Amino acid sequence: MDIPYTIKNRPDTGLYNAKLGVWLFLASEVMLFGGLFSAYILLRVGAPTGTWPHGWLDVRLGTVNTLLLALSAITTLLAWASCKVREFGKFKFFHACTILLALTFLGIKSYEYHDKLVHYEIQLNNGKIADGHLVEKSADFNLAKKTGSVTLHGHEVETHAELMDLRSEEAKKAVHAELIIPASEIKHMENYGPRHNTFTAIYFTLTGLHALHILGGTLVIFYFWGPGRKMWQTEPERFTNRIEVSGLFWHFVDLVWIFLFPVLYLT
Amino acid sequence: METTVQQFPPFREGAADHSHASHDDHGHGEHAEPNFWQKYIFSTDHKVIGIQYGFMSLCFMLFGFFLMLLMRWQIAHPGVPVPVFGPILERILGQPAAGGSISPELYNSFGAMHGTIMVFLGVVPLAFAAFGNYVVPLMIGAPDMCFPRINMASFHAFFLGGVVMLVSFFIPGGAAQAGWTSYSPLATTIATNGQAFWLVGMVLLITSSLLGAVNFIATIIQLRAPGMTWMRLPWFVWAQFVTAFILLLAFPPLEAAGVLQLMDNLAGTSFFLPTGLAVGGQLADRSGGGSPLLWQHLFWFLGHPEVYVLILPAMGIVCEVIANNTRKPIWGYKSLVYSVLAVGFLSFIVWAHHMYLTGMGQKIATFFQATTMMISVPSVIILTCMFLSLWGGAIRINTPMLFALGFLPMFGIGGLTGLPLGLAACDLYLHDTYYIIAHFHYVVAPGTIFALFAGVYFWYPKMTGRKMNEFWGRVHFWCSFAFMNIVFMPMFVQGIKGMLRRMSDGGVNYSAARVPNAIDALPGSAMQMNGIILWAAVCLGIAQIPFIINLFWSISHGEKVGTNPWRATTLDWQTPTPPPHGNFTHEPHVAHGPYEYSAPGAAADFTPQDAPADKPTTAH
Repeated sequence: MDIPYTIKNRPDTGLYNAKLGVWLFLASEVMLFGGLFSAYILLRVGAPTGTWPHGWLDVRLGTVNTLLLALSAITTLLAWASCKVREFGKFKFFHACTILLALTFLGIKSYEYHDKLVHYEIQLNNGKIADGHLVEKSADFNLAKKTGSVTLHGHEVETHAELMDLRSEEAKKAVHAELIIPASEIKHMENYGPRHNTFTAIYFTLTGLHALHILGGTLVIFYFWGPGRKMWQTEPERFTNRIEVSGLFWHFVDLVWIFLFPVLYLT
Repeated sequence: METTVQQFPPFREGAADHSHASHDDHGHGEHAEPNFWQKYIFSTDHKVIGIQYGFMSLCFMLFGFFLMLLMRWQIAHPGVPVPVFGPILERILGQPAAGGSISPELYNSFGAMHGTIMVFLGVVPLAFAAFGNYVVPLMIGAPDMCFPRINMASFHAFFLGGVVMLVSFFIPGGAAQAGWTSYSPLATTIATNGQAFWLVGMVLLITSSLLGAVNFIATIIQLRAPGMTWMRLPWFVWAQFVTAFILLLAFPPLEAAGVLQLMDNLAGTSFFLPTGLAVGGQLADRSGGGSPLLWQHLFWFLGHPEVYVLILPAMGIVCEVIANNTRKPIWGYKSLVYSVLAVGFLSFIVWAHHMYLTGMGQKIATFFQATTMMISVPSVIILTCMFLSLWGGAIRINTPMLFALGFLPMFGIGGLTGLPLGLAACDLYLHDTYYIIAHFHYVVAPGTIFALFAGVYFWYPKMTGRKMNEFWGRVHFWCSFAFMNIVFMPMFVQGIKGMLRRMSDGGVNYSAARVPNAIDALPGSAMQMNGIILWAAVCLGIAQIPFIINLFWSISHGEKVGTNPWRATTLDWQTPTPPPHGNFTHEPHVAHGPYEYSAPGAAADFTPQDAPADKPTTAH
């Protein structure tokens, strides 16, 4: 039993099965990310004035990541084109580039996550707030027993509101230094993880889900680049189709980032 | 269209290769028959997968029904230990079922799981995945689904989702308790991880239906046999096609919502938790800033189209059965096609009629009232076409036809009682009462489930080569019909009297029995109905026993029949029984519409779709 149109196009639809399948899958993905972006809009519009943070993410890293993904879209396209003109060596080269670019993207993303997870906001007993990156915790640091101390590289502010807009002139003037804070002075200590506020929550969720898509796409491309390339010897046309279909998915994942970057980094 | 068909390459690419390959397959098959695992568990054959889905979903439906029986006992006799099953419950579930009676927490989780199981593990897999998988490729003349391995993955994701849901009963704190709608903040603040299990289970089920939907749409678009033009598709296929689109596009927003709620429950975020949320008198340790309303929007964006996922495949089955047993073409085929497309489209813009009580504002309410009234138009057209099809037909009464005929008035009652709920003014009063329960159960229980029974009795001979017993089929129908109505009809009255749903004591604390002169209290007559409903539900359960026995007994003892016992026109009956791997022994070339019954001048009272055309057409 052979299923028709697995390789050749059906004349009246002009599509082979997998290409139609991946477009349908992408339609569903649009609805998934559409739901999440709608949630972002509703939460942000509903946030009281002054509670939505600005400038919390590093625009330079975001820009680099955007360029990496844009470049990977080009290499993906060239990899498919190389298959089309039956130049397997070029295909290997271009998709090697795609995989490297994707891994660099994920590396930078992990660095950004790490940067947020070691960034602490500490409410002090005197009403002030210490904010900065964790340098070290003393060996006997225990918040419940009030022993030891924690060292932050950051600054102290009077109110929470001063931390919300890091693009403002005042925020840029702030002098960052090493602060040693005894546990006995700490009222509440929390990192900039997902639970910190609505912004970090949606930031981690949206970029996390996107990173999972990048990871999935990279695995698929790696499979075709490595163990799955045997199909090139027997069925080059079918192999080319596979590269096209996985490329369509990869372009979609790039496109999601094109929306994520301005929404999270630039506004 | 006809000329395009002419340009097709041979239906099966590389006919020479094919014969070679099939010879190879054959040779291979002689040496090594597929073992039990390959044949029944890891099968990529759409027919086996359809039966896998069918069997699993029937089991889940029975389980969901059993949960409901326990709840009905608790409603009729609050706090009284459950007879027979009480000690078993206590042994399995421990504290929540202490003394064999159902605690309010247990009642809540039974309620949540009854809804979830019936909708996502019972009716959708049976109506869409089981019948769709088995019948659609046969009807369109395809050798299998487009992506057989994805089809298998779809079933396995479904199975895993079901397992996760069932396991959640046994974790500390028990299964999800926030209703099948899982409204936040309730879903996050109840102290059980059952909700996390529910969400993970849902993500698996959504994955399953996503894979299924992609497969169905691609199959119907790509694998139609030569000559099977869009307007020659049996209406059942149209219904499945639209259903697949609804699943494809409506489910992902719930997946998005599920991911956000999972973050709320596990990572401590506040997507759906408002600022200043207090739990048990204490301010919750949360950042706040979230929106409970956001959950409701995302949930009902799936939730309403889901209703049409439940009903459209059922209508498709009824359409096939009616056309076949009236021995005349279905009335208004084109109207049916355009109506089902309209329903599919409109179903995406009516969701907020579930939310009138949230105080959404008059302008938005007006919009959703208007769209809700609009969607009733194509629904009524579909039902009317089926009623009119009966007119002047030489109706054959058999079990599938009885269930199909039962579907029509039952779905009619369910649909018409929905109109007052679509209008904000009366919905504010009826919201969250037993009226709602009666309304949507009329649509889904005596509606959809009757149609599914019709489908089981109708296609059983194709799956097994034997008919199910006709006498016990009729006993099953008449008893189910009577008891369904005795169960659900009183609920309309209870609801209008003001009885709220989700009360674990069946309204005792709310009723006139306690506070004789209280305004708005429930009259004793409404309370007494709880007893009637309980015993009618028990009888409804007993009425399913003939069906279950009939289903298994007939596999080996039913009346043997040929390939086309109902003398039907569609392609699913023009294959050997049961259909072999690859489905067709010949290449079907379709030359007729789907419902050419009693055509004047034809040799028989039915003309199969792949019968040679009377006069040469461009299609050949």
